[in-house]
Amino acid sequence: MSAAGLLEIDSVRQAFPRPDGGQLLVLDDVNLKLEEGEIVALLGRSGSGKSTLLRLVAGLAHPTAGSLSYLGQPITGPAPGISMVFQSFALFPWLTVLENVELGLEALHVPDAEIRQRALAAIDLIGLDGYESAYPRELSGGMRQRVGFARALVVHPNILLMDEPFSALDVLTAENLRTDFLELWSDRRLPIKGVILVTHNIEEAVLMSDRILLFSRNPGHIIEEIKVDLPQPRNRLDLRFRELVERIYVAMTARPAVAPRTAPPPERGIDAVLPRVSANLVSGLIETVAGPPYNGKADLPLIASSLHMEVDDLFPVAETLQMLRFAEIEGGDIRLTDIGKQFADAAIDDRKRLFQRQLLTYVPLAAHIRRVLQDRANHVAPKSRFLDELEDHMITESAEHTLRAVVAWARYAEAFAYDDESETFSLENPS
Amino acid sequence: MAGTLPISVAERRLIVTRWDLLAVLLVLGVMVFLAEASRHLLAPIADLQMTPISLDPANLPEYAARTTLRMLAALVLSLVFTFTYATLAAKNKHAELVLVPLLDILQSVPILGFISVTVVFFMSLVPGRVLGAEFAAVFAIFTSQAWNMAFSFYQSLRTVPTELVEACGVFRLSPWMRFWRLDVPFAMPQLIFNMMLSMSGSWFFVVASEAISVGNTTITLPGVGSYIALAIEQRSLVAVGWAIGTMLVVILLYDQLLFRPLVAWSDRFRYEQEAGALPPRSWVLNVLRRSGVVERLGDQLSLVWRRALPRRLLRANVKPIAARPARDDRWLVWLWTGIVIVVALFAIWQVGRFIAEGVNLAEVGKAVLLGVATLMRVVVLIAIASVIWVPIGVAIGIRPHLSNVVQPVAQFLAAFPANLLFPIAVSAIVAFRLNPDIWLSPLMILGTQWYILFNVIAGAAAIPAELRDAGTNLQVHGWLWWRKIGLPAVFPYYVTGAITASGGSWNASIVAEVATWGDVRLQANGLGAYIAVATEAGDFHRIVLGIVVMSAFVVVINRAFWRPLYWYAERKYRLG
Repeated sequence: MSAAGLLEIDSVRQAFPRPDGGQLLVLDDVNLKLEEGEIVALLGRSGSGKSTLLRLVAGLAHPTAGSLSYLGQPITGPAPGISMVFQSFALFPWLTVLENVELGLEALHVPDAEIRQRALAAIDLIGLDGYESAYPRELSGGMRQRVGFARALVVHPNILLMDEPFSALDVLTAENLRTDFLELWSDRRLPIKGVILVTHNIEEAVLMSDRILLFSRNPGHIIEEIKVDLPQPRNRLDLRFRELVERIYVAMTARPAVAPRTAPPPERGIDAVLPRVSANLVSGLIETVAGPPYNGKADLPLIASSLHMEVDDLFPVAETLQMLRFAEIEGGDIRLTDIGKQFADAAIDDRKRLFQRQLLTYVPLAAHIRRVLQDRANHVAPKSRFLDELEDHMITESAEHTLRAVVAWARYAEAFAYDDESETFSLENPS
Repeated sequence: MAGTLPISVAERRLIVTRWDLLAVLLVLGVMVFLAEASRHLLAPIADLQMTPISLDPANLPEYAARTTLRMLAALVLSLVFTFTYATLAAKNKHAELVLVPLLDILQSVPILGFISVTVVFFMSLVPGRVLGAEFAAVFAIFTSQAWNMAFSFYQSLRTVPTELVEACGVFRLSPWMRFWRLDVPFAMPQLIFNMMLSMSGSWFFVVASEAISVGNTTITLPGVGSYIALAIEQRSLVAVGWAIGTMLVVILLYDQLLFRPLVAWSDRFRYEQEAGALPPRSWVLNVLRRSGVVERLGDQLSLVWRRALPRRLLRANVKPIAARPARDDRWLVWLWTGIVIVVALFAIWQVGRFIAEGVNLAEVGKAVLLGVATLMRVVVLIAIASVIWVPIGVAIGIRPHLSNVVQPVAQFLAAFPANLLFPIAVSAIVAFRLNPDIWLSPLMILGTQWYILFNVIAGAAAIPAELRDAGTNLQVHGWLWWRKIGLPAVFPYYVTGAITASGGSWNASIVAEVATWGDVRLQANGLGAYIAVATEAGDFHRIVLGIVVMSAFVVVINRAFWRPLYWYAERKYRLG
């Protein structure tokens, strides 16, 4: 490649308009240079803008500010040398495997004979021989994603974009596909020159990439760049592999803005977007950490792999524990507080009482709703009253999610009731 | 804070809120409306002659109310029919053998044909009273609603998840309880959707069924339909305009006050929630739900409903399930099949004899030829409508902000009775001296083309974002995009829309192939005109012949073309 580099992303910023006229910043000041022969992983929680960045590179969206260039040319739309593998496979159900693979070549107006020959070659390469005339619905998830790969590779792209390509597959199938891909890549049998992989699976990032860019949220930006210089094929049980995983956990848990230690006054702090984590998950994690072998303190990577939870599953629960002061998170470890230990030992009614106390003390929105209901003569308030209030601080979707999260917790804690049919909050339970 | 108040700090007090006031107003309004509109039912038929229809727009609210009430009565009848007929078909496999094909045939009989044949019978039921004529009109509307509702219910009953059926068995629910607790709720969303479709169709026929003239029997029931018939007779475009305006308002009210709340309410019965889709909302339903008075009233009603039922129906089903002996009932099946065949043969012989009494073979040939003419019209019109609306529908569907606006409008247009616009079209044909054989045809599809549009919009809107991104990423543009992505994606939806549009066009042909404007009369050559003319003349042999031929056409086309096409589309092109 020339000095221009395969792909250059220069201080890119992406914002969407908010209903109140303001802007929602999803990506801020992102820089990235993709070198030839490199796999770069974009690793982060959902909502950290990594998929948005991938869409920008694919030319499916345009940045609010900053520039992206491919082989020295600015990216203004879908570029011929950049192809993509999708999380949900995105195969056309009415086309056979062969027709799905051929579609990209037809769009490039390649001669018919060459289309057939190249499509068969790609199918062969990716291990789909014999499936040419099958329809996607007849295939297993793993086979479908192989079609996704074949379709992306057949156009001989320079850059392959992968948007969580293995996350819709079961553990064994995903591993099988990763290994096959890495083998082809290491043997230089793939036509591609560089890969960008979006993932929220830490081990997947360490296993596959040469460089990991850690993304953080609000707004999405790169917090750290980690070089992975382990030789391929990599071994998950290798000590250096584990060390890297541990290091990334530490980096990812260190960042979330830690809430102030003292309870904020109830009027303030209702602007936080709350994660939708069920009370069962909260109890479940507390019990797991409290029980053997962890006995109150656990290593997050260890918990994650033993529970088969990915970052996006585990972190929201851990953060909820932290928010409710059932646990503290530090340096990739989770440690139960005294309240957390009490909760683990308590029976259901005491648990609910504890949960209610923590909820009303440390979740300002819950305390706020409860206070409004107590102040009103009939102890009833419509949902819109709180929704409007929240929408001053966040987009409508987040406001809905936040309200639903707080409703779920309040129901468990019996702090207040909500009737979805009439969309009203009240202080009473159905009698 | 461990000892905070228990949750119930407030007793369930009856506090009258503004929601109560609104709800009471809504309920009272509906009741007054019902009473007012049904006042005239038992009046002698002579009253109708004494107070003829007047073109004064001041009368329109009353006419609209009475038309609406007919629709409502027919809807209730259709529900009763649905709950009995479809349940029998789904639960009894012997009955199913006969009932399902019968329903299929009934569905293909032209709706206006029912009026022609049954009006005299209904008039004789309650001689000399308005009620008889009302029965005939309501029955006509009923026939435009009931069949597809019954079909939808039958299909839902057959797809109730096994787990839920087994749960009912484990808790030993009686068949009666299972029906109301499982079968009906499970079928509800689909049933309500079909009720809306039925309503759309029947607006068309309510207009045609109020001013009935079969031979010497002429009835003009007060209603929007009679109003427009008079407007046509007197060539008053102003009055036609008033009628159109009234219809717009009525359909809008129906949508807001009846169907929107029903759809929002039935959302809770959806067995599988689609992720991401916003639940439907209705302001009327919100008002009713937030009102404590309505809640209490509902509680009382459900108490009465439960108490009033015979205990036997509610008692747990204690029949042991496994102990039922496996009887050999093959001879019973044979007997049943035999009876069915005999009855069918007898019916064919009856119909054949009846037709043969009045017409000869040449007349049958003529009817079939006219059927071919109407078939050509339907085919050409569906093709033209498809060429126009499919690309437009796709273009709208892939732009969410646009489809959110256009979709309800298209649905509204489908509900609007297009025959209100006929006079305008006819006066244009007269003014420009156009060939009625060609220019009357578009009237057939005027109202039904919207089914194609809104189904295609729905289909295009349902293309997953990732699939469209994949197309963009592969740089699929232009004709290739339409060929490989756009058209295949909407194909199953298009077929659904086209089936509805085609059936509706056959039905509309009876009204559309003959049109009058004052004393001007335009007639196209076709089976619809044949039936219309025979109806006017009171020639029952020809009416029956026409209906039989048209039903045969529709059944054959459905079986030979639409059904295979539908299954092909479902199998190959349905997403997900």
